[in-house]
Amino acid sequence: MIRDITLGQYYPGNSVIHSLDARVKIVSTVLFIVELFVVNSFIGFGFCAAAVALVVAVSRVPISYILRGLKPIFLILAFTFLLNLFMVDGRVIMHIWIFKVTEEGLYVALFMAIRLVLLIISSSLLTLTTKPIALTDGLEKLMSPLQKVGVPTHDIAMMISIALRFIPTLLDEADKIMKAQQARGADFESGNIIQRAKSLIPILIPLFVSAFRIAQDLAMAMEARCYRGGDGRTRLHPMQFRQRDLAAGIGIAVFFAWILVLRIFF
Amino acid sequence: MSIQVRNLSYVYNEGMPDEQTALDNINFSIYDGEIAAVIGHTGSGKSTLVQHLNGLLKPKEGTILVGGVDITRKNVSMRDIRCRVGLVFQYPEYQLFEETVEKDVAFGPKNLGLSDAEIQVRVQEALELVGLDYRRIGQRSPFDLSGGQKRRVAIAGVIAMKPQVLILDEPTAGLDPGAHRDIMRMIRDIHEAENNIIIFVTHNMNDVVELSDKVLVLSSGKLVTVGSPREVFSQGFELSSVGLDVPPARQIVSALKERGENVRSDVLTIDEAEREIERVLQKKQEMRKA
Repeated sequence: MIRDITLGQYYPGNSVIHSLDARVKIVSTVLFIVELFVVNSFIGFGFCAAAVALVVAVSRVPISYILRGLKPIFLILAFTFLLNLFMVDGRVIMHIWIFKVTEEGLYVALFMAIRLVLLIISSSLLTLTTKPIALTDGLEKLMSPLQKVGVPTHDIAMMISIALRFIPTLLDEADKIMKAQQARGADFESGNIIQRAKSLIPILIPLFVSAFRIAQDLAMAMEARCYRGGDGRTRLHPMQFRQRDLAAGIGIAVFFAWILVLRIFF
Repeated sequence: MSIQVRNLSYVYNEGMPDEQTALDNINFSIYDGEIAAVIGHTGSGKSTLVQHLNGLLKPKEGTILVGGVDITRKNVSMRDIRCRVGLVFQYPEYQLFEETVEKDVAFGPKNLGLSDAEIQVRVQEALELVGLDYRRIGQRSPFDLSGGQKRRVAIAGVIAMKPQVLILDEPTAGLDPGAHRDIMRMIRDIHEAENNIIIFVTHNMNDVVELSDKVLVLSSGKLVTVGSPREVFSQGFELSSVGLDVPPARQIVSALKERGENVRSDVLTIDEAEREIERVLQKKQEMRKA
């Protein structure tokens, strides 16, 4: 239920994808997301889906695990699909009750759905195959030029890594509190929308209290170990850009070019 | 009223790479009016086991009969089970959420659909049973109380539902010795007042011998042994192999025995140890006189 959320979780493994430099993976993911919005044909989406499938296969993350992450967004997906299906003007091809389906609407709805699914899968692939620490190190490195204009890149990276690190902790906490309130007879599943929203209060308040307690403890633990921000900090594992990272980077660039060619010529 | 657990098994994250057998073919029974202690290493499956007893977790295999009703069946009413079996989690003070102590304790009874008058009575009773003064503390915010008081309020929240089986998961974790003693005395008071089944998880061997009629020893998801404290602690060797210890009173008499004193070695509680040492001292005095 609540544990089905795989976005932001790491799936331990030692595949090629896992061992790629985080910077390459971040840039590739961003590029891929751009591609998803460049593409406007089924052929293009076919290539994108094939690319995602290839990466999934190489990463050896079980398909079931990835698909489980799609479950929570299913509602949004269905909503977007239906909205696009009925709201876009164009050549009418079908009537359903008072709604009319247009050819353009059907295309837009399908494209949007495919885009969303691929978007979620590709971005969760990034976090599934990259340790949170490596991810934020990569982000920090990528953002480092911004330091010159006064952007606190280290602090931003640290905040993101803390946020990612505490997703499972807070999920555990929420699970525990939910069970404790269920043991006291709380019911989260029945009633109308207002009753259901109200039934969340016994979870949300203790969860907030816990979150602040955890934050305070963490801040104290960091200070106790003399954390003073990023100035002069060195790394235990400096990032290395190896040959396979270069190869992966070139591969992604070629793929990006190919998608552009598709868009322009077909 | 009794609890009968038959062939209970549970697997965490089934089908995932981190799949783990948490409970492996567990069998035991607890009868009316008994106090049972569950002991075992961290991660031995104690918390998983107690969560099964009020239907929060569904077993992979096996049956759990509570008062003759199989709570693992699909069509049983969860509300009915939670009304019979009350579970106090570890660090229950983190589940408090209401503006006042009174409202927080009333949360459980309210979910049972009781009348306002009945709820009022139950809240007062429950708070008194955990040793808190309803008039002084009822209208205060639970977040302003001390750690020990918060925990009692949380326990009162479950007692107010008047469960026939009360389960407490490490009720004294993180408390100072004074608060620890108070909580253990409170458990005894609740048992005497309600005459219910009490099951508590603990790491404290003295609590086990002072309070329980029955001990369940878990180790890596398996039930190693069940029996009275006397039976379980007479298997000294096996206990240390599952990371548990003999009770402090027994440690004292064993040390005395090693020094050559003629004491009985089957002592369990502090009272027994006191009597035994007194007996030996008297005997010595008599011998000196003679």
